[in-house]
Amino acid sequence: MHSLASITPLGHAEPRVVTLGSVRIAEVADRALASVTCRFGREKPFRAAARTLFGTALPEPGKSVAGPVYSLFWTGPDQWFAEAPEASHEDIARIIKEGLGDNASVTEQSGGWARFDLSGAGVVDMLERLAPAPSRRMQTGDATRTAIEHLGCFLICRTAGERFSVIGPRSSAASLHHALCAAAASVA
Amino acid sequence: MSQINRLSGGLIDRTQTLDFRFDGKSYQGHPGDTLASALLANGVRLMGRSFKYHRPRGPISSGSEEPNAIVELRTGARQEPNTRATTAELFEGLEAKSQNRWPSLAFDAMGINDRLSPFFAAGFYYKTFMWPKAFWEKLYEPLIRRAAGLGSLSKEADPDIYDKGFLHCDLLIIGAGPAGLAAALTAGRAGADVILADEDFLMGGRLNAETFALGDDGGAQWAAATVAELASLPNVRLMPRTTVLGAFDHGIYGALERNADHIALPAAGKPRQTLWRIYTRRSLLCAGATERPIAFDNNDRPGIMLAGAMRAYANRWAATPDRKVAIFTNNDDGHRTAIDLIAGGVSVAAVIDTRPDAPRLADCELLAGAHVVDSKGRLGLRFVTVRLTDGSSRPMEVGALGVSGGWNPNVHLTCHHRGRPAWDGALAAFVPGAELPRGMSVAGAAKGAFSTAAALASGAAGAVAALADLGVKARAVKLPEAEDVPVNLTPFWYVKGASRAWIDPQNDVTVKDVKLAHQEGYRSVEHLKRYTTLGMATDQGKTANIGGLAVMAEMTGKSIPETGTTIYRPPYSPVPIAAFAGRSAGKDFRPTRLTPSHKWAAEQGAVFVEVGMWLRAQWFPRPGETHWRQSVDREVLATRKSVGICDVTTLGKIDVQGTDAAEFLNRVYVNAFAKLAVGKVRYGLMLREDGMATDDGTPARLADDHFVMTTTTANAVSVYRHLEFCRQCLWPDMDVQLISTTEAWAQYSVAGPNARKLLQKIVDAEHDISNEAFPYMACGEVTVCGGLRARLFRISFSGELAYEIAVPTRYGDGLIRALVEAGQEFDAVVYGTEALGVMRIEKGHAAGNELNGTTTALNLGMGKMVSKKKDCIGNTLSEREGLNRDDALNLVGFRPVHRNEVFAAGSHLINTGDEANAANDQGYLTSVAFSPNLGHTIGLGFLKNGAARLGEVMRAVNPVQDAEISVEVVSPHFIDPEGERLRA
Amino acid sequence: MIIDHPLLGPRDAQEFTYLGDARLIERPDWQAADAAEQFYDYLYQRDNPAGEHRELWFHEQGDRSWLVVTRNTLTHEITKVEMARDVARAKGRSK
Repeated sequence: MHSLASITPLGHAEPRVVTLGSVRIAEVADRALASVTCRFGREKPFRAAARTLFGTALPEPGKSVAGPVYSLFWTGPDQWFAEAPEASHEDIARIIKEGLGDNASVTEQSGGWARFDLSGAGVVDMLERLAPAPSRRMQTGDATRTAIEHLGCFLICRTAGERFSVIGPRSSAASLHHALCAAAASVA
Repeated sequence: MSQINRLSGGLIDRTQTLDFRFDGKSYQGHPGDTLASALLANGVRLMGRSFKYHRPRGPISSGSEEPNAIVELRTGARQEPNTRATTAELFEGLEAKSQNRWPSLAFDAMGINDRLSPFFAAGFYYKTFMWPKAFWEKLYEPLIRRAAGLGSLSKEADPDIYDKGFLHCDLLIIGAGPAGLAAALTAGRAGADVILADEDFLMGGRLNAETFALGDDGGAQWAAATVAELASLPNVRLMPRTTVLGAFDHGIYGALERNADHIALPAAGKPRQTLWRIYTRRSLLCAGATERPIAFDNNDRPGIMLAGAMRAYANRWAATPDRKVAIFTNNDDGHRTAIDLIAGGVSVAAVIDTRPDAPRLADCELLAGAHVVDSKGRLGLRFVTVRLTDGSSRPMEVGALGVSGGWNPNVHLTCHHRGRPAWDGALAAFVPGAELPRGMSVAGAAKGAFSTAAALASGAAGAVAALADLGVKARAVKLPEAEDVPVNLTPFWYVKGASRAWIDPQNDVTVKDVKLAHQEGYRSVEHLKRYTTLGMATDQGKTANIGGLAVMAEMTGKSIPETGTTIYRPPYSPVPIAAFAGRSAGKDFRPTRLTPSHKWAAEQGAVFVEVGMWLRAQWFPRPGETHWRQSVDREVLATRKSVGICDVTTLGKIDVQGTDAAEFLNRVYVNAFAKLAVGKVRYGLMLREDGMATDDGTPARLADDHFVMTTTTANAVSVYRHLEFCRQCLWPDMDVQLISTTEAWAQYSVAGPNARKLLQKIVDAEHDISNEAFPYMACGEVTVCGGLRARLFRISFSGELAYEIAVPTRYGDGLIRALVEAGQEFDAVVYGTEALGVMRIEKGHAAGNELNGTTTALNLGMGKMVSKKKDCIGNTLSEREGLNRDDALNLVGFRPVHRNEVFAAGSHLINTGDEANAANDQGYLTSVAFSPNLGHTIGLGFLKNGAARLGEVMRAVNPVQDAEISVEVVSPHFIDPEGERLRA
Repeated sequence: MIIDHPLLGPRDAQEFTYLGDARLIERPDWQAADAAEQFYDYLYQRDNPAGEHRELWFHEQGDRSWLVVTRNTLTHEITKVEMARDVARAKGRSK
């Protein structure tokens, strides 16, 4: 076991949880993340291998899906992000690459992103002040990239109208968190 | 004096009393009042002074079209100028001040302007203040500014919060009068996603201002019941206090919601206003209509107002401008005011109707075929002069006059995509034209359906049609019985012979000014507007434009529609700049990106610098260091002497994978990558298609089908976009996949003679990083600190033996601490961007200053790198003759002939003996630093044919700082030109 | 403006960055005899029509697709949106 301590995107040892009015904003730091891209001309074997590895079919554009271990969301043509528990999948890119072989290009993204889980009655009111994405109309499983305070973020609807994840660039985690908290206070 | 002009009834809450102040004097009003209605109820008609002539003014309207009653609200940092008293909701403790007067509203010294009015006619400023030119800045402008101001700013930072937001709906209904409410009820019951927005705080529009019945209810009761039902529907969003300010492309509407303007202070953390961007599939404009005045001499005295407004004050706010009034109208609707005021106990002296055959509708004297021709009263109306049909004059003692020249449909938003309104002769008004913004339709008075019954029916029908368009079947709701009186009007715009008759009271434009514009040849509407400033004030001429057009039409002998109409543009009514800024103000102007070592650097007291959105450590001051150069020189010397550590995470990193990855890099860099061995790094130079250098980096080959390339910090986004363009648009069948990994890895440079020794304490022992096993330009995956996976690159920007070590970002904080601790025995320093810059200039490495968009590979001394044997972006056009002349610029180094002298980047190079002018320009300096290793200033720059001119002496000329320094042309590699340190 | 993304449906144009004429897809052959002239035309000679225009937009705050958008420069009406990759392939571009 190595000797380096890790810190969360907000720069602390433990993730931060803030409740403002009805909205709970929870920093999530225990998920490993990797991008998975289908290699050119390998669509069929790629999808087959992916189904085996992930235990679920890959989500369509604009969608996410949760498998037994991995949860996946669509990020672009032929490209998905796969999430898994960091405890078991610290080296997620290597694990996925071994499963998909030459059918896929896999890139570690765990350190690139900060995830905040939002929940509560006011969550849609809050998101309406942050992003052009139609959060009120998003169905459970919808996933889209959208701009929040100039930052390109993924917005995943975990439960329609109630629970969302915002995944934004890690270096701007503090700015993103500030924007989320300000919007939550606005509707509190 | 307490509410002497308060009537009975109205939609105000008399159970509560609100104290407020106007110009320092205390008054009382009730919830539901506006500032204007409360002041009128208190017997105050005078609320402001006009812009140019400083004439006493009172409100002429009861809504957002108000040109006159413009006041300053609140105090201190929240002081807000140019606010309409007619829309400002009363709240406990409201402080309001009149503006544009000195020393007081009742006695305004600048009122002298009114006496001088013959000199201040339209075009006065243009004609008078033109020359002598030198007088403009010192004399004229300050003079005009002092005389003309519209209110004043607090000059303090706005303490409030402004939000922005995004809403989506099927149908946006703009305006909640009878048409809007009927439409919302229809669409809401059909289950569509509806937004109903109204600028007023009380929805209902004219239903709240009139007395007639809807079915068994009064109009206001029906409106309240309807709003209550709408509020219960989950698919309907009611947005009172919300002005839809513009119709933009493809169903996007802007709207300003005033969240906290009606209370003394917004709650902590809550916005004062919210600027919404509304995405809708269809919109229904139910914006109603605005009454227009009739111009006559001195028609601007406080107490003279629109008849519909007078009626609204009486019916909704139980307030009247005076106990004795008269009505001046050209249509039947004006008579309603007389009827309602009489019912409210106000004495109506007469209805003066311009129509000889006017019907007698109210229980008071009717003067048919008569005109109000003048008025008297210094600070408010006391008399009007009526000219009767027989030509005789009759003075009439009244404190208020209600004027109605008919109603104009509010077509503004229908014109936001350049559609022009059409003239309706029967209404004598412009109605929406055929060309509307796509997806918009119009209902109610906004399209000329003026009766309540017609407005209700057209609103419901409009909603049914809009939803049918979307494939939603809706049934028109059952509408209550309502009045259906036709419009009965004979156009009458201004009293003949009038001259000081106000058309645009806010900008003080009179009938005479319009005639003068015509006389001087400004006859097109657009010229008229600019010459007289008609319609250019904060009210945008909502009550004025049509009157100006009518006068001009008469002068030119054309009809009003032939004369034209000005183009309406967003916003519909003024929007504070703060609302456009939203949360992006101050430190939140844009997001900040923090490096993985930020926390540690902040603990060390680092000085930070903004590099794009990144905050990077610029230098790390140590105790006793008082000047930045002391810190930077120390960091440079310590690095070159032993070892230094620097956070280089901000460099863009792009993961390039696929069987064609090598060939892809071959095409986007000028030099070859196809044969780069796995485990090796190579410098790469990237051109634009025009042959200019655009970026550089160090792609590393981690596997046959896997590279990690780097970009400069500034170009990370644009290079990625360019690579995706190449991949998707130029070579769509290449097997190559891209993704940014800039933030996924924390990356530190470790540079200096002891770099390896330091890293050997960090990199786990099973990885051999000796010079033999891991030579210059090697790369590979290693583990550090007992098993954490990391990437190691042996590359150098400083010119020293150097490595870059990368770990997953969450361990970046841990790694910087481990590196610093491991470096203690070597006296390691951590250096910032300044030292980084000094060392790269000492080494002669090009950076952003040199890759400045105008330089080629040849200019940069890398001409030989451009492969002629392959296709790559930019190589064909880089061969153009003009870019390859013998005297092309070359990157060279410079040092001062007198070593103690200092020159500056940006200086131009001039041969000794030549005059310093553009024709003699030999090139310019791009990067300059003090080299603590050499003990003098050094520079990089571009010099014509510079590579062949080493040793020449010339002048670095800096006219901006009036400096001229003798410099010697030298190699750009000031330190270790042979590169021995790199390979050590 | 709203761009109707072929995969994602209507998206605000604010999410996109604009490049220009879709002819930039038609990059000339570097080995042609008149390659220099062809590249010159490719890079600098563009139509600037008042009316229908095919142009390249990049979904930077979205799925990173390059799109070919057919837009009327007078009315902003968008009549067609295609994946640029498909357009490139239809024009015979490969690798």
